[in-house]
Amino acid sequence: MQHYTGIAHVVTAAAADTTGERLPILPLWGELIFGIIAFGVLYWVVATKVVPNLEKAYAERTAAIEGGMQQAEEAQQQAQAALEQYQAQLTEARAEAARIREEAREQGAAIVAEMRGLAQAEAARITEAAHKQIEAERQQAVVSLRSEVGRLSTDLASRIVGESLHEETRQNGIVDRFLAELEAGEIQPEKVGEDV
Amino acid sequence: MSLNMLGVTNLAAAGGDGEGFKAPEPGEFYQPLVGHGDWAITRPMVVLAISVALIAWFLVATTRRAAVVPGKGQWVTEGAYNFVRNGVARDIIGSHDFLKFVPLLFSMFMLILVNNLFGIIPPVQYPTMSRIGFPIALTLLVFLIYHAVGIRKNGLGGHLKHMIPPGLPKGIYVLIIPLELLTYFVTRPLTLALRLFGNMFAGHMLLLLFITGGEYMVIHGGLGLKLAGVGSFGMALILTAFEGLIEFLQAYIFTLLAATYIAGSLADEH
Repeated sequence: MQHYTGIAHVVTAAAADTTGERLPILPLWGELIFGIIAFGVLYWVVATKVVPNLEKAYAERTAAIEGGMQQAEEAQQQAQAALEQYQAQLTEARAEAARIREEAREQGAAIVAEMRGLAQAEAARITEAAHKQIEAERQQAVVSLRSEVGRLSTDLASRIVGESLHEETRQNGIVDRFLAELEAGEIQPEKVGEDV
Repeated sequence: MSLNMLGVTNLAAAGGDGEGFKAPEPGEFYQPLVGHGDWAITRPMVVLAISVALIAWFLVATTRRAAVVPGKGQWVTEGAYNFVRNGVARDIIGSHDFLKFVPLLFSMFMLILVNNLFGIIPPVQYPTMSRIGFPIALTLLVFLIYHAVGIRKNGLGGHLKHMIPPGLPKGIYVLIIPLELLTYFVTRPLTLALRLFGNMFAGHMLLLLFITGGEYMVIHGGLGLKLAGVGSFGMALILTAFEGLIEFLQAYIFTLLAATYIAGSLADEH
């Protein structure tokens, strides 16, 4: 379509305007100057409004990346410090636990020993009490037996002698003396039955 | 013109149509809107103005609150900005002085890229840089800047002396001085401007030819020519994709060479 209008244009304007027939490598002054002006305007906009903003953003970006890296390094150092602290605490806690365990064992042993001592003392006490009681009972039995034996012997002797010897015996303490001698081992028991 | 007439005759004969096919001409790139001649306000001027407004708006909107963590728009802008800043300016000029040339190279890259892409983006579909005035304007700036930078660094004499490679025998100066002067003052600016212009002009011409030719064949041709017209449209489609690649590449090359020239003027050793 364009070339038809072009033809029409060339035909109608041919008389007045021969610019279209000029060699295409020869510029129109208007276009040349307008080109310089247009470029100048664009250059001014780019140089004052676009490039400074972009360069500022680039600088900020670089700073942000460097800052971020520094921050990351700091964070890493902090993490490292925290890890070391944690490990130190862990070691300490382990030592503490071992110490507590040891203490508990010692305490346990002490408690067991103490309990054992107490039990032994109690046992000893009970045994002692029993011994004492037995001794007392034995004494009592001996006393009662002595008087019984004395009375029986006297009865027997009285019956043999025919009269009561009780009064005299009591008066003279014969039986008691005899028994005491017997106990002391001064008198050897004799086999009475066989001789009679 | 005669070649053109031949084409028209051939196609007219083939189509059996009285009107005939008129191939696109360089003259059609001249599209004045107001006035005529050197001082006319032309369509590419309007396109350029729109592109400047669009680029400026987009860049300012996406970087006004440039954040450390970029948003979607800032991310896109940073992609292009990084490409020019690190991929072109820093790699070629060196990390010492590249930063003060970044605005120049970045705005140059964006302006050329967007204007080139306008060549295939509807409804504009007009590559501004196919008008030689605009590549010359940009080249003129690059030319002035790389000489100014060299003179500021080494002084006028130093800058001129800097152009000549050191360590050559005196006799060869007769040969080398004119060559180097030609390189610095003629070849470099000329090729810089013509490369961009030529690529955009020829690429768009090719697209025009395939599209208008295809259109003519489909409308006016017989069955065979109608099929050829469809093929022509297919070619136009492929070339449009190809053109997109070239448009990006030319923006990159222009910026890259501008950076190389500046770096050459700044270099301590040749």
